[in-house]
Amino acid sequence: MLAFVGIGLHDERDITLKGLEMARKCDRVYMELYTSVMDMDMKKLEEMIGKKVEILSREEVEEGGKIIEEAKEMDVCLLVPGDPMMATTHVELRLRAMEEGIETSLIHGISIITASAGLLGLQIYKFGRVVSIARPYENYFPLSPYDRIKENVKAGLHTLLLLDIGEKPMTANEGMEILLEMERRKGEGIISADTLIAVVARASSNDAMIRAGYIKDLMKEDFGSPPHCIVIPGDMHFMEAQSLVKIAGAPENILKKFRRDN
Amino acid sequence: MGRKEENIRKAKELRYIPEKIRNIGVVAHIDHGKTTFSDNLLAGAGMISEELAGEQLVLDYDEQEQARGITINAAAASMVHEYEGEEYLINLIDTPGHVDFGGDVTRAMRAVDGAIVVVCAVEGVMPQTETVLRQALRERVKPVLLINKVDRLINELKLDAEQMQERFIKIITEVNKLIKKMAPDEFKDKWLVKPEEGTVAFGSSLHNWAISVPYMKKTGITFKDIYEYCKNDDQKTLAKKAPIHEVSLNMVIEHLPNPKEAQRYRIPNIWRGDINSPLGKAMIECDPKGPLALMVTKIIIDPHAGEITFGRVFSGTLREGQEVHILGMPKPYRIQQVAVMVGGDRIQVEDIPAGNIAAISGLRDAYAGATVTSIPDTDPFESIKHISEPVVTVRVEAKRPADLPKLVKVLRDVSKADPSIQVEINQETGEYLMSGMGELHLEVTEYRIKNEHKLDIITSEPTVIYRETVKRKSPTFEGKSPNKHNYIYVEVEPLEEEVVKALLEGEIPENVKKYKKEAAKKLEELGMSREEAKGVFGIKGTNLITDVTKGIQHMNEVRELLKQAFEEVCNAGPKAAEPLQGVKVRVVDAKLHEDAIHRGPAQMIPAMRNAIYGAMTLADPILLEPMQKVFISVPHELMGNVTREITQRRGMILDIKNEGDMSIINAKAPVAEMFGFASAIRSATGGRVLWSTENMGFEPLPDFLQDEVTRKIRERKGMKPEPYPADHYAG
Repeated sequence: MLAFVGIGLHDERDITLKGLEMARKCDRVYMELYTSVMDMDMKKLEEMIGKKVEILSREEVEEGGKIIEEAKEMDVCLLVPGDPMMATTHVELRLRAMEEGIETSLIHGISIITASAGLLGLQIYKFGRVVSIARPYENYFPLSPYDRIKENVKAGLHTLLLLDIGEKPMTANEGMEILLEMERRKGEGIISADTLIAVVARASSNDAMIRAGYIKDLMKEDFGSPPHCIVIPGDMHFMEAQSLVKIAGAPENILKKFRRDN
Repeated sequence: MGRKEENIRKAKELRYIPEKIRNIGVVAHIDHGKTTFSDNLLAGAGMISEELAGEQLVLDYDEQEQARGITINAAAASMVHEYEGEEYLINLIDTPGHVDFGGDVTRAMRAVDGAIVVVCAVEGVMPQTETVLRQALRERVKPVLLINKVDRLINELKLDAEQMQERFIKIITEVNKLIKKMAPDEFKDKWLVKPEEGTVAFGSSLHNWAISVPYMKKTGITFKDIYEYCKNDDQKTLAKKAPIHEVSLNMVIEHLPNPKEAQRYRIPNIWRGDINSPLGKAMIECDPKGPLALMVTKIIIDPHAGEITFGRVFSGTLREGQEVHILGMPKPYRIQQVAVMVGGDRIQVEDIPAGNIAAISGLRDAYAGATVTSIPDTDPFESIKHISEPVVTVRVEAKRPADLPKLVKVLRDVSKADPSIQVEINQETGEYLMSGMGELHLEVTEYRIKNEHKLDIITSEPTVIYRETVKRKSPTFEGKSPNKHNYIYVEVEPLEEEVVKALLEGEIPENVKKYKKEAAKKLEELGMSREEAKGVFGIKGTNLITDVTKGIQHMNEVRELLKQAFEEVCNAGPKAAEPLQGVKVRVVDAKLHEDAIHRGPAQMIPAMRNAIYGAMTLADPILLEPMQKVFISVPHELMGNVTREITQRRGMILDIKNEGDMSIINAKAPVAEMFGFASAIRSATGGRVLWSTENMGFEPLPDFLQDEVTRKIRERKGMKPEPYPADHYAG
């Protein structure tokens, strides 16, 4: 049996009770940590589960041979940050296991997809496609995220921007730089220093930070250690605008634009 | 003031007048006498003693060159010559004749506008005469001809005056045939050499005399006189009446272009930027007031002065203390000193205007081929094409393990000073590998490392560098990204021969991304389908990649990554991790993940690498081995010994000619079998042999050796002995 267990956003205590029970029950417990940044205390996690947790590299998870072979003989569980199938490619592993006749199961975790909306007071109904900002390389500066953002902006929808983890997790400030660079290259007037955005840092931790404001102002702020994510709000319901002001410290003048009697 | 100092003073003044400058190179087949000739020019100009010239070999300044009696580096020297009452500045570059150092010739040709082609009257036009002439003409360097060693026709071959003339006509006809064949269209007729016009001189560089038709008219000396002087052993008088430097430098000034004339037609050939931009205009006009543009042609690591960068100033003026950019480097550099070369001396000056050859210190990150300019974002000069690529490798180790850091630095310096030396680290074994054009080239380099860089090294037996190619078209092969969310579909096949040839000749712009239309047009003319020609997005060596997919979302975002993988594969093929040759890769389809992070470099590069490897594995991959032409001249009675030596080395005799009592054997043989040939042929003939070789590209390794050689290479590289089957790459 192969179980995918979500371990949530910040530390070892974000796992659900069901997830914990599953991990305790399994013969082998693996964990990947390359799809998010977590402040995980391994010793405590292993104490909670009552067995050793082996961390797998991206290559080991993608190659998958070891997990699948073991899952044929015993109960194996893979701990995955967030909700296991959100913003990962693990579904391929699940399908492969199923082809091998292995029973699979999925236990959810809390995810930034919902947590970011919740923290900011934005309504999930009004989000458009989720977009990732990839760290640019010499030969790789994808501009398709800009087109996705544009579609969302045109439709008045909010955009959740997930920031690349890679070898060095991207900060919101770097993300903003990249957004402006995309605008420079595309020049379609979607993003500027005056664009209103929101930043969520270290969701689910005790020192989570939530800020909303214009890019030109937020670029100068220090959001502390990653993980960070960015939301570009679209047209807002007055309640959403009020939330951004009250919860995230957005400038009050946005309330004029998104009024109750508007 | 001595004559030399006087000359230096004049040279400093003349550098400002482009009409009075000639930048020339001397090129020839090995042992046809060009270094003796160059030294006589310098002696004539008062730069070294006339008596010593011919022995002193100033231009062979490398200690090793003098010991081996051949010119290894292309050295530079300036001199002043008076012609019809006017003084001219001649910037001369002597070049190596030995095939192993051919890269230096190619680079020297970028710096000059004209060339004196020296041909030995006895041996006539030799294969390397053709090679050097091709290198000159490709760079639009105008040739004139010097037929050398004329005295030997008379005194050794005992030719009479008429036979001697016949011999001249034969040589001139052959040279003109080559010019006609290889010159750019607009110069095919204009650049033919003609004695009556004065573009051919006849002489003896050893005895310091030469004659041309205009000089005969002027002085009344006739061919008959020459014949008599030589026969009567009085070449000294001849040297007084018709000094070689006088005759040949007159020819240079009269017939070779000044930089202003030459840059007009040379610039569009070596720089692909906008000719109407300020920089373009300045280079066409050779304008010393324009933006600075210099191309680096050589770097010398001087034990005292450090790194000296040589280059041709095409526009603007190079000044001491000036801030310049080396294209591709992030930071600007400050020029410490600028100098002109006079023989072995660097004469420091304040500035060097357009049209001159400069020696610069303080350009730490320069490399041969670099563009140095005052404007940071401009188009670079076309890289200097050298047809012959390294074919031989040795492993290098420091004798004392503690010297390892020094070894790394020395190897880097060596390959900087001689870009034909390539150095790399084998990632699997951690060994340092040094590759060059031939056995001699590597021996000379090893000597330099030991004696000039004072580093004790141990080198392995040389091994040759192979190439990998495919014999037929592959089926479509699917490459998967590690996360299995991206698939890329590829086909490989042998690249059209006409295209391979054009790539070798450098006829297709390297930067296909920037010159897409130009490249596509050329490729279509060469026989590729329009669809493929338009889709080409990468060229590496003689290999090419084209995208024939249509309307695949995100394809444009991953194309550069596919190209990067393609380039990696071109450096190391699936059979034995040797470089590819003549392979066409077609991207026919792709399935890509929506999110940019899930199709980044870590996903797409392995997917593409596996796709190409897999497809190649199904397309009958084979190894090609480097071949050499071998020319040997021996007395008839020893011919049998020589042919035996050749056939034992898997060689093939192509042709045998008789010249007097000598046999001239023309053969070809694999480089792999030619190691140790020098001593073998010497002992087989008791030293009575003259021979030379020339690299002639790659040919398929015979079938019976394919598996054995593949296994040997793989084992040497620390790989599993057998290449992987295709399904290994299906992931």
